[in-house]
Amino acid sequence: MEGITKRFGAATALNRVDFALARGEVHALVGENGAGKSTLVKIMTGAYHRDEGIMSLDGNLVDFATPAEAQAAGVCAVHQEIHLLRLRTVAENIFLGREPRRWRLVDWPRMNAETRALLTGLGLDIDPQATLGSLNTARQQMVAIARGLSIGAKVLVLDEPTSSLSEREVTILHELIGRLKDQGTSIVYISHRFDELYAVCDRVTVLRDGALVATRPIDGLERIDLVCLMLGKSREALREGVTGFAGHRSHAAVASVPLMRAESLAHGTRLRGVSVDVHRGEIVGLAGLLGSGRTEMARAIFGATPRDDGAMQLDGAPFDPTTPHDAIAAGIGFVSEDRAAEGIIPDLSVRENLTLAALPLLARYGIVSRTRQTEIVTRFMERMGIKASSAEQRIRELSGGNQQKVLLARWLAMEPKLLILDEPTRGIDIGAKGEIQRLLNELADDGLGVLMISSELEELVEGSSRVVVLRDGRNVAELRGEAISEQAIIHAMADS
Amino acid sequence: MNWRRLAPAPEYAALVVLIVLVAMNALFTPNFATASNLWNVLLQLSTVMLCAVGMTFVIATGGVDLSVGSTMAVAGAIAAVLVPRGASVALGAALIGATVVGLLNGALIAWLRVQPIVVTLATLIAGRGLAQIISNDGELVSVDQLFFLALGRGHVGPVPIPVIVALVAVAAAVFVLRATTTGRYVLAVGGNASAARLAGVPVRKTIVTVYAASAMLSAVAGLIVAARLGASDAAKIGQNMELDAIAAVVVGGTALAGGRATIGGTVVGALIMQVIATSFNMLLVPYSWSLALKAAIILVAVYLQRGKRA
Repeated sequence: MEGITKRFGAATALNRVDFALARGEVHALVGENGAGKSTLVKIMTGAYHRDEGIMSLDGNLVDFATPAEAQAAGVCAVHQEIHLLRLRTVAENIFLGREPRRWRLVDWPRMNAETRALLTGLGLDIDPQATLGSLNTARQQMVAIARGLSIGAKVLVLDEPTSSLSEREVTILHELIGRLKDQGTSIVYISHRFDELYAVCDRVTVLRDGALVATRPIDGLERIDLVCLMLGKSREALREGVTGFAGHRSHAAVASVPLMRAESLAHGTRLRGVSVDVHRGEIVGLAGLLGSGRTEMARAIFGATPRDDGAMQLDGAPFDPTTPHDAIAAGIGFVSEDRAAEGIIPDLSVRENLTLAALPLLARYGIVSRTRQTEIVTRFMERMGIKASSAEQRIRELSGGNQQKVLLARWLAMEPKLLILDEPTRGIDIGAKGEIQRLLNELADDGLGVLMISSELEELVEGSSRVVVLRDGRNVAELRGEAISEQAIIHAMADS
Repeated sequence: MNWRRLAPAPEYAALVVLIVLVAMNALFTPNFATASNLWNVLLQLSTVMLCAVGMTFVIATGGVDLSVGSTMAVAGAIAAVLVPRGASVALGAALIGATVVGLLNGALIAWLRVQPIVVTLATLIAGRGLAQIISNDGELVSVDQLFFLALGRGHVGPVPIPVIVALVAVAAAVFVLRATTTGRYVLAVGGNASAARLAGVPVRKTIVTVYAASAMLSAVAGLIVAARLGASDAAKIGQNMELDAIAAVVVGGTALAGGRATIGGTVVGALIMQVIATSFNMLLVPYSWSLALKAAIILVAVYLQRGKRA
């Protein structure tokens, strides 16, 4: 693939990206959110059509209009969620759409026999007549891979294949990848887990903000360099002084009892025992690459994701929220990283969005006081500089920065003790970004506790009193005061 | 000339269609523009109106309630059977019985996450059966209690009581939607349920509430029909009401995807449907043809509102 460009409206999702895959190669594709990995893969597998650039397979120019065409040519994707029929058998799934026929009827004995031969050939012990849904996720994924191979795939795209697998299942998958590689199948491997990249991949291509950063052999590439490439930092020159934060927050006088303490939170394979505490007046940064468990941790504290294990305290008392409602009642606010899907109610006005969480406080006998509502909305629109034609404008018509300010105001109107922010300044313009950062600083000075997830290192370095770094669902470092630097965070994220 | 420019703004499309219909009827349909016909249209409309108001809330959460007609029959049957024990007992029991149906709908949808169309299809079927069981295996149970009959046949001045009941329901719905936390929660849940949950909105409770409200309003409609008939006809009361109610809501401009609601629109939508039915009747249009024309008018009204959710 050469010079691949894809635009969505005014936004360029991919800008002149080159990508080459050798026969029998396992090639990692990495990058943070919005880097363009999925877009590139979708173009490769025919789900999207490129705006510019050329694609070739085995030296011949190709142009896939649909995923079916790509599959016929030998490019097959195995997705995070398995796109097969859970209620049908393994054999039916593998031959879906091209069942062997006999007298126009499905030739079941032949289909089952061929499936068995195929699976055995891959070293898999799976019953062709088992229903797919009765297999565990790893085996379902193997079936999906086997289906791809039986179609004649020369290129397999594995998108986060291990995200829901246990460690043993990951080993089985990696063994399978090894065999496929020996048979000459090429594999594009997308994963956030560094250990896996180093275990199975030959080369790695790094994308950032829709552009190609580098393609390197993975042997001899230090982890820290890989992280630097992904985050767009050079190892030597690390910038400072570009955010709205005042610089390192001085380490606040720490009371003995933290405002919130979370200990050994665990959930599935995403959280394997993470801990954090936040004191009043502190901004605690939560760092980690995508998939490190930072978002899951924030959601678990807010009661939005269940947890299997671990304990929490709020103001020294046990705290066990099972729904966001519980957490809110206890004085916690949460701003999700996905503003459109989990933040705004698009068709409601700025006023209605801003007062959504605070409604019970503004209402008596279920009737919302218009006066108190207007008072709060006016106050916050002024204080936060929310730009809208009026409080009645639909929130979806506002810019990202203004939407984010409304969502922050939604919580501030509740006068919370603790605010959990997942990527509070993602995708908003520089001006609004600085304003939000300054505001967070002021709020912390007034005693609010803040837990802030960010993938922007300068934001963490300049904004936080402490930074907790997660990797693979575990705490790996806690940095304080002068020890907080981009370099230290990168080192901890990369395990070097 | 670009005929599209002649199309009214989407928000007023339904209203424009209504005005055109009324004007054409006033000109061409004999006896259409008379006071007695006006009250007749409104009287016919009152039961659809009650169901459509409840349906507006349900659809605003992104759901749908197919069980309104059966719920009407259940309420009518309970009331007819219990009237000998006093009108208030009968009315109270009918409302409670119907509310239980609504709570059941809501609970299945909110907690077991079964799709609204499936749940309420089940209660549509079950409710019709239940109504027939209550009324002695589908017998016509006649009612001759005066107070009860007044609910369907009485007047205050020139205004039929069912019209007053429907107006009260409309006014209450407008108030709930504009001024209460419940109204705001309904729109938030329909607009973006995950965001609503993260903002502390009691999503499940809100869903249960709208289905209970829809059932209660349907029960009132069922009681009115039974009172007008002077009998509970468990097999017939409220038949196809769900379709008329949904049509009124959709023609009125409430999006089926949820997140928006306009009670005013629903009133206009219900009026459009009723004006069509009445005028076709007066013009002696054969019933079969009137169905086709009705469908065409629904499509035109909805077409004029396209792109409203762009």
